Amino acid sequence: MRLELAGITKRFGDLVANDGIDLSVEEGEIHCLLGENGAGKTTLMNVLFGLLHADGGEIRIDGEPVRFSDPGDAVRRGIGMVHQHFMLVPVFSVAENVVLGFEPVRRLGFLDRRRARAEIRRLSAEFGLAVDPDALVEHLPVGAQQRVEILKALIRDAKVLILDEPTAVLTPQETEALFTIMRSLVAAGRSILFITHKLKEVLAVADRITVVRLGRVVGHTTPAETDEDQLAAMMVGRSVELVVHKEPARPGEAVLEIAGLRVVDDRGVTVVDDVSLDVRAGEIVAVAGVQGNGQTELAEAVTGMRAVAAGTIRVGGRDLSHATPRRAIEAGVANVPEDRQSDGLVLSLSIADNLVLNQYDRAPYARHGARRLARVRADGERKLAEFDIRAPSAAVAVGTLSGGNQQKVVVARELSRPVKLLVCSQPTRGLDVGSIEYVHRRIVAERDRGAAVLLVSSELDEVLALGDRVAVMYRGRIAGVVDPSVGRDRIGLLMAGIDAVAPPPGGAKGESP
Amino acid sequence: MSAGERALSDAAEAAAVDARLVSLGRVRGMGVFLVLLGVVTLMAFALGVTGGARATFLLSTPPSIDLSPLVMSVRPVAIACALVCGGLGIVLLVRLRTQGSYLIFSAGFCAFLWAFLAWAARGNTLNFVQMLAETMVAATPLVYGSLSGILCERSGVVNIAIEGQFLAGAFLGAMIGSATGNLWLGVVSGAVAGALFGALLAFLALRYGADQIIVGVVIVAFCTGLTNFLTAQVLTPDQTTLNSPSTFSPFAVPLLDKIPIAGPVLFDQNVFFYGAFALLVLVHVTLFHTRWGLRVRAVGEHPRAAQSVGIHVLSVRYRNVILGGVVAGIGGASFTIGSIGEFSAQMTAGLGYVALAAMIFGRWRPFGALGAALLFGFAVSLQSFLAVLSVGIPSPFLSMAPYVITIAVVSGLVGRVRPPAADGVPYSLE
Amino acid sequence: MSAAESALASPSPPGTPWWRRVLAFVTEANVAVVTLLAVVGGLVVGALLIIVTTPATLHAWGAVGRAPGAAFATSFSTVGNAYGALFAGSVISPSALGHALTTGRGWTGVFTPISETLVSATPLILAGTGVAIGFSTGVFNIGGQGQLIAGALAATYVGFGVSLPLVPHLVLVVLAGAAGGALAGFIPGILKARTGAHEVIVTIMLNYIFLDLLAYLLTTHPLQQPGQSNSISQTIPMTARLPHLFGSTLRVNLGLLIALAVAAAASWFMRKSTLGFEFTVIGANPSAGRTAGMDARRATIAVLTISGALVGLAGMSTVSGTDFFLSSGYGGAVGFNAITVALLGRNRPLGVVLGSLLFAALSTGGRYMQAVASIPIDLTTVIQAVIVFMVATPALVREIFRLREAGAGKILLFTKGWGG
Repeated sequence: MRLELAGITKRFGDLVANDGIDLSVEEGEIHCLLGENGAGKTTLMNVLFGLLHADGGEIRIDGEPVRFSDPGDAVRRGIGMVHQHFMLVPVFSVAENVVLGFEPVRRLGFLDRRRARAEIRRLSAEFGLAVDPDALVEHLPVGAQQRVEILKALIRDAKVLILDEPTAVLTPQETEALFTIMRSLVAAGRSILFITHKLKEVLAVADRITVVRLGRVVGHTTPAETDEDQLAAMMVGRSVELVVHKEPARPGEAVLEIAGLRVVDDRGVTVVDDVSLDVRAGEIVAVAGVQGNGQTELAEAVTGMRAVAAGTIRVGGRDLSHATPRRAIEAGVANVPEDRQSDGLVLSLSIADNLVLNQYDRAPYARHGARRLARVRADGERKLAEFDIRAPSAAVAVGTLSGGNQQKVVVARELSRPVKLLVCSQPTRGLDVGSIEYVHRRIVAERDRGAAVLLVSSELDEVLALGDRVAVMYRGRIAGVVDPSVGRDRIGLLMAGIDAVAPPPGGAKGESP
Repeated sequence: MSAGERALSDAAEAAAVDARLVSLGRVRGMGVFLVLLGVVTLMAFALGVTGGARATFLLSTPPSIDLSPLVMSVRPVAIACALVCGGLGIVLLVRLRTQGSYLIFSAGFCAFLWAFLAWAARGNTLNFVQMLAETMVAATPLVYGSLSGILCERSGVVNIAIEGQFLAGAFLGAMIGSATGNLWLGVVSGAVAGALFGALLAFLALRYGADQIIVGVVIVAFCTGLTNFLTAQVLTPDQTTLNSPSTFSPFAVPLLDKIPIAGPVLFDQNVFFYGAFALLVLVHVTLFHTRWGLRVRAVGEHPRAAQSVGIHVLSVRYRNVILGGVVAGIGGASFTIGSIGEFSAQMTAGLGYVALAAMIFGRWRPFGALGAALLFGFAVSLQSFLAVLSVGIPSPFLSMAPYVITIAVVSGLVGRVRPPAADGVPYSLE
Repeated sequence: MSAAESALASPSPPGTPWWRRVLAFVTEANVAVVTLLAVVGGLVVGALLIIVTTPATLHAWGAVGRAPGAAFATSFSTVGNAYGALFAGSVISPSALGHALTTGRGWTGVFTPISETLVSATPLILAGTGVAIGFSTGVFNIGGQGQLIAGALAATYVGFGVSLPLVPHLVLVVLAGAAGGALAGFIPGILKARTGAHEVIVTIMLNYIFLDLLAYLLTTHPLQQPGQSNSISQTIPMTARLPHLFGSTLRVNLGLLIALAVAAAASWFMRKSTLGFEFTVIGANPSAGRTAGMDARRATIAVLTISGALVGLAGMSTVSGTDFFLSSGYGGAVGFNAITVALLGRNRPLGVVLGSLLFAALSTGGRYMQAVASIPIDLTTVIQAVIVFMVATPALVREIFRLREAGAGKILLFTKGWGG
C-alpha cells in the first residue's frame, strides 16, 4: 500500500501548524519524519489518523483520495498508529486493550476472550512482540506497553504503521529491539512512518527522510546522502552546536547528601530502594535511566514532594528527610519539576503571579498578610527581560505562552533567589532547540556560580552533554555512578540493569515486605 | 533475554506489585476497631443487662414454613458475640494480610450487630424476618440509584442529580399511575421523567462542557422546586384523581416463598424489588462481559484511547447518561407506586445522595453497590424497629444513622477509592 | 463605563463612538448580558409553567381555535398578575405608593417590600460569600443548611443562655454564630484533607445530621421553650437582637451592614491577601501549589472552616435579626440558595451581593405572589434553577440569543471528580 499526503494544511486560530505538507510512504519502506518539537509532526499525524481534520490538502491511498472523519475510518483503510502518549487503558488487560473497538464477540455481544488471546499469541509469535495477554497494562513496563500498542495496530491488519516518537521512553538496547521489530514488519510488506527528532535514530533506521520545520517541509533526503550536522541544520534552520560548552567542574563540598534512601509510591510499591548519592557544590550529577525506574520519585523526595520511607536527605548540612516542600525551598532547594504544566505553573494566573508562586507571602512581595501587587508586577516585567521570556507583558496568563517560554518562567522563578541545590527533572522535554540551548546554558551557569545540580533526564544526549557525573538508576537502585566519558553503550547497559563489571542485583523492585 | 522470558518477567513483576496494592495500615485499623467493638459489646450489652434478661427473635412470618421463635438469654449471647468480635479483630492484627480481611471484618461486625439486637430486644420480641424484609425494601431504591450512578460514571460523567431524578420519577409515576389507573404506565412515566433529566445533564455537560457537579446540583434544585410547585398547583387541588395511585402488591414466588427466612425476605416482594435484582445482574454482565461494556469502561477510563480506536465517546456518554436517568426514574417511581401510593414534597429525603455514596462504597461495581445499599437499608430498617422497641436512644439519633454511615464510608472504610479515571472530566475532540 | 464594567467586556479600539461600544457590549456574551438573559430565561420558563398549570389559561388555550385572542389575553393577565405580585411584594407596590402620595400617609407600607427583600438578602449574602470562597478554591461546600443550623444553634444558646448588656452580648452572639458554622465546616474540611472524602457527599450528609440534631435539641432542655411540647426554642432577649436600621416597623437590621462588610472583606481577602492567593492557586492547580511550598491540605481545612464560619454568620443573622428563636426544619432554602447565588455572582463578592438581592427579591415577592395570585412560591425555586443553568452554560445562552463570544463568560470552577 502506498500512502500520500498532498498539501496538508491545518490551522489553529492564527497558528498554522501544517502548511502544505507533501509526503509519500512507499510499500515496504521505513519513512522518517524528522522535525524538532513544535514543528507540527504530531498535528500532521493526527490529521492522517482522522483525529483532526485538515483545512486543506488531500490524503491518498494507492492514488485514490480518501477522507477520514474519525480514527475508525483510518483504521479501516489500513492505517495504524502508535501514539507518543500511549492510548492504553491502564486498568484493562493487554487483551482487552488490543481488541478494544475491534472486539471478537459471540452471541448477544458477549466478548470472545479466548479468541482475542489466541490472536494476540499468534501475532506476538509472528513479529517477536512478547506480551502476556492477561497482564494488566498498568503493571507493564513502558517497553511492553509499546508492544501492546503495536499489537493493536497489527490485529487490525494495518498496512501503514505510524510510530510517533516511539523511542523517547526506551533504553538504547530496547530501541535496538524496536528497530529489529520494525525491520521485520517492513520485510513482511508493511510500511512504517517513523516520527522523531533524534538524528542518530533516523540515520540508523530510515529508508527515506522528510524534514519539517515550523509546519513546512524543508527537504527530502536519504541516510546515504546526509549526516547528523546537515540534518540538524535542516531541522532547526541554522547550524546547531550539538555540544554544550562548559568548563570542567570544580566541585566543592557536598551539598546534597542522600543516604540509604527508600521511597514508596502511591500504591505502596518501593520505587527508590537504598539509594545513596552525594552532589557537591559546583557539579552537575545527571541521573539517567529509562522512565519509571525511580528517578522521578528520587527528585520528588529531595524536594520534599514525596515522603521518605527510610534513609536521610541532607542539604547543606540540614536534615531534610521529612521536610515539606516549603522547608526544602527555605533551605535553598530550587525545583524545576518534570511536568511544568501540572506541577510547575498555574496556567490561568499571570506570569507575574507565577514568578512569585513560592515567595508570594514573603518580603518584598507581601507585608502583614497583604500582597504588594505593584511590586509583584514590576519585578515580573523585569524578569521578562532578564530571562528572555517572550510575552507582551507580565500580566498575561502563563497558559497563553509557548512551552519554551513557560519553562523559562519556571526557571526564572527558581533561579531568582539564592540556590544551594538545583533539582531539574526533564528540564527540556518538549522544548524547541532555541529554548533547550537556553535552559542548558542557565543550568551550567548555575553550576559555575557554585550551586549543586541534580539533573534527572531520560534523554541520554542531555545526560552526556550536561552531567559531570552520571548516576544510572534501574528498578529503584543506583546501578552505577560513572564518568560521562565511559560512553553511551556502557550507560545504556546500566540503564537496562546490566553491569559489565558486576552482575545486577537480582529480582524485581522491593522484594522486602 | 528471549521474548518469552521477557513476557514472563513482566507478569511476575505485575503480580508482585498487585499484592502490595492494599496497605496493611487499613488492616491494622480494622483489627483495632473490631477489638474496641468487642470491648463495647462486653461492657454495654453483656454487663448492661440484668442477668436473666431474655430476647425473643421471630424467625418466620407467613407465607414461609413455621419456625419456632429464637429465645436467647442476652448476657451469654452478648459475651459470646464480644468474644467473636474481639477475637476476629485479634486475628486480623496477628495475621496482617490483606487477603480476606474485609470478610473477617464483616463477620466481626455482624457479631457485634447480633449482640446489639439481642440487647435492644431484651425483655421484648423482635420480628427478625420482617426486619430483614424491610431492609430489602429500603435498599431497593438505593440499588436503582447506585446503578444509575454506575451507568453514568463508568462512562465518565458524574451524575449527582440522582436525587432530582428520583423526585421526578416519583412524581410523574404517581401522577400518571393515578390518572390512568395503570401502574405499568406509571413505571414508564417515571422512567421517562428520569430520562428527561438525564438528557438535560448530558446536553449541558457534554455539548456545552458545563461543570457536571454544578449541573447535577442545579438539576436537583430544579426538580425539587418543580415537583413542589406542581404538587401544590396541580396534585393537591385534585388529590383523588391525580395523587392516589394504587401500589404494586407483593408477588410471592411459588414454593420459594416457603423457605424459612429467605422466603418472606427475598421471594415475597413487589415488582420493583425483583426488577432491581434483574437490573443488577444485567448491568453487571453487560458491563464486564460484553463489547458494549468494554467500550463504556474504556470511555470512562481513557476517552482519547477509546476515540483513537474509532469509538464515539460522546455518543457512548449520551446513551449512558440517559440510560442512567431511566434507571433512576424507575427507582423514583418505587417511592410512590412501589410503596406508599402518594407523592409528597421532598419525599426522597436525600436518598439519591445516599445511593451515590453506595456506588462509591461499592467501588463503581454493581454487586459492591448492592452490599452498600443493603447496609444502608439495614440502618433504615433498624431505626424503625428500634423506635418500636423503645431502647432509649432518641429517634433523631436513629434517623441520623444512614447519614453517619455514609460519611464513615466515604471517609475511611473504603479507603482510597479509585473512580473511573476520566470521571467528571469534560471531553472535547480538539 | 466603570473599571469593573470595562473589565467584564471585551476591549473596543479607542476612538469608537460610545453608541457602538454600547451596541458591541450588549450583543456579546459578557457577564452582564448573559446574567440578564438568564434572568429573562428564568422568567419565561416560569411564565410557561404558570400557563400550563392554571386551569383558566388551560381552558382558554383549549378553545384557542375559536377565540385565539382570549387565550393570549388570559395567559397575559394570569402571568401578569403573578409577576406583578412578585414585583409588588419585593420592590414596591404601585398602589401603596399611590396611596402614600395622595394621602401623605402609609409610607412604611411603601418601604416594607424593599425592607423585606433586604432582610432576605442578608443571610444570602453571608452564606453566598462563604460558598463562593469555597468555590474559588475548588471546594464545593454544599453543606449550607448544616452550617446554618450550627451557626444559628450557637447564636441561640449564647442568646438566651448569657446575660450581658446589648453591645457585648451582640458581639458574643455574632462570634458564636461564626464559630458554630466554622466547626460545621471544619468537619468536612478535616475529613477531605485527611481521608480524601469528597466534600459534596460529606456536607450533604451533614445537612441531614444537623437537621436531626436540631430536632433532638429542640425537644430537650435547655433549648426547648419551657412549657412547650412543640419543637420550638427559647426566645432570645432584646440584648441579643440585631437592632433595626430604620425604625421598629421595617425589619431591615444591622445584619445587612454586617453582611455587606463581610462581602467587602471577602473581596479584599480573595484579591489582595496572601492566604487568598494561596486559596486561588490551590483551587486552580493544587499540585503546582504544593510544588511551590503551599500546604493544600491545610488550605482545604482553612477554606471549609472560613466558608462554614460565613454561613454560620448567616444563621446567626436570621436568629438574631428576624426570627429570635429556632424551629425544626430550619435553613433549607437559604442553605441551597447560597450555592446558586455564589454561582450567579461567579464567586465574586460583589456578584454575590447582586445575586442575593435578585434571589431575595424572588423569594420575598414569591410569598406575596402565593398569597395574592395563588401561585405556589416554589415557582421561584424553578426560576432560580433555570437562571443558574443558563449562567453555568454561557455557550447555551450565546447560541439561543446569537451573541458574539466574549472571554469572561465562564464560571471559574472545575470540581475535581471523586479523587482525594
